[in-house]
Amino acid sequence: MQVESFQYDNKTVRNFAIATIIWGVVGMTVGLWIALQLVFPTVLNLQPYFNFGRIRPLHTNAVIFAFVGNAMFMGVYYSLQRLLKARMFSDVLSKIHFWGWQLIIVAAAITLPLGISTAKEYAELEWPIDIAITLIWVVFGFNMFATIIKRRERHLYVAVWFYIATFVTVAVLHLVNSFELPVTLFKSYSWYAGVQDALVQWWYGHNAVAFFLTTPFLGLMYYFLPKAANRPVFSYKLSIIHFWALIFLYIWAGPHHLLYTALPNWAQSLGIVFSFMLIFPSWGGMINGLLTLRGAWDKVREDVILKFMVVAVTAYGMATFEGPMLSLKSINAVAHFSDWIIAHVHIGGLGWNGMLTFGILYWLIPRIYRTELYSKKLANIHFWLATLGILFYAIPMYWAGWQQVSMWKQFTESGQLKYQFLETVTYMAPFYAMRALGGALYLTGAIVGMVNFFKTISKGNLLANEDAQAPALEKTYTKHAGEHWHRWIERKPTPFLLLSLVVILIGGLVELVPTFLVKSNIPTISSVKPYTPLELQGRDIYTREGCYTCHSQMIRPFRSETERYGEYSKAGEFVYDHPFQWGSKRTGPDLAREGAGNLKKSNTWHYNHLEEPNAISTGSVMPSYSFLIDANLDTASTPLKINAMRTLGVPYAADYAHKANQDLMTQAQGISDNLKKDGIKVAPNKEIIALIAYLQRLGTDITKK
Amino acid sequence: MYSFIKKYTETMQDQNIYPIFSLLVFVAFFIAVLWYVKVLDNKQVDKIKNLPLEQ
Repeated sequence: MQVESFQYDNKTVRNFAIATIIWGVVGMTVGLWIALQLVFPTVLNLQPYFNFGRIRPLHTNAVIFAFVGNAMFMGVYYSLQRLLKARMFSDVLSKIHFWGWQLIIVAAAITLPLGISTAKEYAELEWPIDIAITLIWVVFGFNMFATIIKRRERHLYVAVWFYIATFVTVAVLHLVNSFELPVTLFKSYSWYAGVQDALVQWWYGHNAVAFFLTTPFLGLMYYFLPKAANRPVFSYKLSIIHFWALIFLYIWAGPHHLLYTALPNWAQSLGIVFSFMLIFPSWGGMINGLLTLRGAWDKVREDVILKFMVVAVTAYGMATFEGPMLSLKSINAVAHFSDWIIAHVHIGGLGWNGMLTFGILYWLIPRIYRTELYSKKLANIHFWLATLGILFYAIPMYWAGWQQVSMWKQFTESGQLKYQFLETVTYMAPFYAMRALGGALYLTGAIVGMVNFFKTISKGNLLANEDAQAPALEKTYTKHAGEHWHRWIERKPTPFLLLSLVVILIGGLVELVPTFLVKSNIPTISSVKPYTPLELQGRDIYTREGCYTCHSQMIRPFRSETERYGEYSKAGEFVYDHPFQWGSKRTGPDLAREGAGNLKKSNTWHYNHLEEPNAISTGSVMPSYSFLIDANLDTASTPLKINAMRTLGVPYAADYAHKANQDLMTQAQGISDNLKKDGIKVAPNKEIIALIAYLQRLGTDITKK
Repeated sequence: MYSFIKKYTETMQDQNIYPIFSLLVFVAFFIAVLWYVKVLDNKQVDKIKNLPLEQ
């Protein structure tokens, strides 16, 4: 067969590498900032744009989609070309992909601090950006797939399988979870409500971890670890089992984020069983990675790249052991909503994604710049800062999580809750400070790395187009003697893509479809009524400010929770919640019944608390929301919002949109008058009035006769 | 057809069928993958395994 000459595109790889480095430092800096906001809440919350609730999503989106996303594309563009012995299909598409993705990141960085958010975790970006993500993802997928079609290597190495599964599944997840009804250019409502929204969101949320943070990085591990160690993967057969078992099982695991909630029990059970089974393929992969280094451990002592990779694979093993354990109901009952989960995700984020990314960068940048690394010493310093950073981050958070939960759950001998929620918050202060130190160490390491990378880049020359040669692919495939029929799957990318799609769809469909169709899963409650227009506007302020980042609205059926927060939450209470606001973390207390029973407070209390939380609850880490006192409520949007809700099935009367603002003003005037009695003068058209109305509504429906 | 499925699923009581169905599908799938791996040609596997080390 004739040998063909061609060139690999290193420029796109370089662009993604630089974006990875810069966005990594930016995302981690925002992370350190929000960590410090919990230590110095009054100094570092700069309202309204830089309050915790608005920039915590900025941190998560930046590290997931900007840092890890760019790292993924860097690794895929480098390895895919070489594994397929072909240049990327189209330089133009590569360019559109790169710049499109960066624009999306910039759009996120602008809109999230502005409070433009869908309030669905890790999917906060509003609908125009969601459309842009879809288009750019298709560009990436098309470019990748067209490259696979014109490849010169018949067999698809397992890394390419992981890339294909990533593309297909992220596309499905993004499309299904982002199904939303636009109200204005920057505002939409989730198409789903309550329990269904929660299930879709955590099916998405968990599988964003699986198919954005894990599968592409496993592909990178299977390529770059053998490269760095200069030896093939320990067991290729194991990698095949790893791949199929992982993609099949992962997609079912979402409901473990919703244990003990109002999600139907059978769906919770499915989530638990499949989450637990995940440990087997995950550890199969980890062992495969570590055993690739068999006989090369002496190299690990010397080679900083391998050090980064070993810590990464070990962190993967730790996180994927912990994940299935956390899915068990008894452990989940303790860990959920606590800082334990923050430790868990950072073992994955800082350890697995971060360390693998840096390992790859140290391997890749000197190669494409045809030079030596600027400083091995600095790289070693980076490694130790990062490793210590992870420990300083995770250990205090694990400890904090345990303490926090045991304080939430303790009763006195007379059967009273032993601690006020606020006591558990103030107890966390030293742990939050230690965590910030861990984050600062990791960030310092990343900055040292950045200097090292840029110094390396400045002394080298980019090999933008790298010469390569390979025989062309034979048009017709000749089977070798004794070949089994099933080998076709490794040679035919399109059926492979379809098979992956089917495999990931099974779990999703079995869990999602019945939750949507079986009526008995969400028993209706006749006293649950739609929000009043003022409450609806207040709810939109609640979602805009990212209150869900610290407050849950889901009381689980434990005595420690029903004593503290009231009657446990029922599925039927959330049928008008577009989007659901159950939350995933209790830095502050649950708010599901904030307006009912013992938890009910006066309008004046809410006003003062929102204005200056620390003045009412000494030691509170909540930011001040005093800007809501001056901000005018956008009542022009009320009819649009009512109509949108009607489209989504919320039973407002047909002509209610036009009358809604009258009702809104009447209710607002009532709250304003009530505040006036306590000497607080605030006009009824201010945002704080709407938010108070919403908070006062929470949990009251089921108390009505 | 859709209304038939909808009517049936809306009223179905025995939801144990979902976990049982899921487990059966997984076991069948896993056995298929194990079989697939077992009958792979070792020579081919060695070739594919070394693909990342080729340049």
